Amino acid sequence: MSDITINNMSDQYFDVLKEIGNIGAGNATTALSQMLNTKVDMKVPQVRLMEFKEVGTTMGGEEQIVAGIYLVVEGDITGSIMFMQKKESARNMVSKLMGKELAGEDFTDMELSALKEIGNIITGAYLNSLSTLTNLTIYPSVPEICIDMAGAILSVPAIEFGTIADKLLLIKTEFTDDVDLSGYFILVPDEESYGKILHSLGF
Amino acid sequence: MNICYPPDTITTIGLGSCVGIAIRDVTTKVGGLVHIMLPDSTMVKSNQNLAKFADTGIKELVLKLESLGCSRQHMVAKIAGGAQMFAFQNKTELTGIGAQNTEASKVALRGLGIPIIAEDVGANYGRTVIFNPENGAYEVRAVGKDIRTI
Repeated sequence: MSDITINNMSDQYFDVLKEIGNIGAGNATTALSQMLNTKVDMKVPQVRLMEFKEVGTTMGGEEQIVAGIYLVVEGDITGSIMFMQKKESARNMVSKLMGKELAGEDFTDMELSALKEIGNIITGAYLNSLSTLTNLTIYPSVPEICIDMAGAILSVPAIEFGTIADKLLLIKTEFTDDVDLSGYFILVPDEESYGKILHSLGF
Repeated sequence: MNICYPPDTITTIGLGSCVGIAIRDVTTKVGGLVHIMLPDSTMVKSNQNLAKFADTGIKELVLKLESLGCSRQHMVAKIAGGAQMFAFQNKTELTGIGAQNTEASKVALRGLGIPIIAEDVGANYGRTVIFNPENGAYEVRAVGKDIRTI
């Protein structure tokens, strides 16, 4: 089964990955709601297989300033996962969490740390559902954060991914409250891991 | 990979750990820019896209310029990019990919006998570059920083 790669994946396999994306995003929303201690609505996540160069455009242009929280995943499957938000959504999120308006244009260390933690919890919830569904052991690394142009941040998973394919799985999750909190997951399992995930689900 | 004639310019948005190599023939004023993502095409299985790698991409660009009547003796290069966007990146197997890309680009250019006359590489921020083959100006923009022309 390890010969399933993202380039030759059939619709059926893709639907499975999509569904994992849906469940993961649902759990992430629950986690977010608990953390912010408010009701958080979510729209049906959009899961798409797309080329790297399209991702920047999806996020509002490659020069859009975004916050990316990036974790490396180890264990039964290896790869990386990134949670990206437009800077404005990230600011809304941190302001909700800290219960105050953010002063100034840039994030303070404390606010960056809070944002990292948000990313950690959201990606954690996502990985948890993936792990539970597949019975695979997944260890996420400590998250790292970077706020810069979307194109530059995306080059990081793109490079890791570039070694195997030109496409990736993008999950857009829109969390809504009174303000925009939408974010994007980018899941980058390595070559064998796609096969392992599908195999453990009985394919 | 793109070729351009004055007065046009070439822009590449959001170079992270990628490197943007601008090569220009100082006599014909024809310029080209290649945006490489990985240092070495021989390390990777899916390596059909030549422009993606430092070793093959730079060579392709030089061959393309030569086919348009440029001469290698008159070519000069400027490079930008090769940042390390996330602090932990050097712990993964892709050890400091930005630095590797920069190094591989330099090796490739040296191998082709093309001098590097300016560079803006490394650090931890993304860059947008605009190359003007008319005068060889290579403009580097980054978030929250002044525009720098090298």
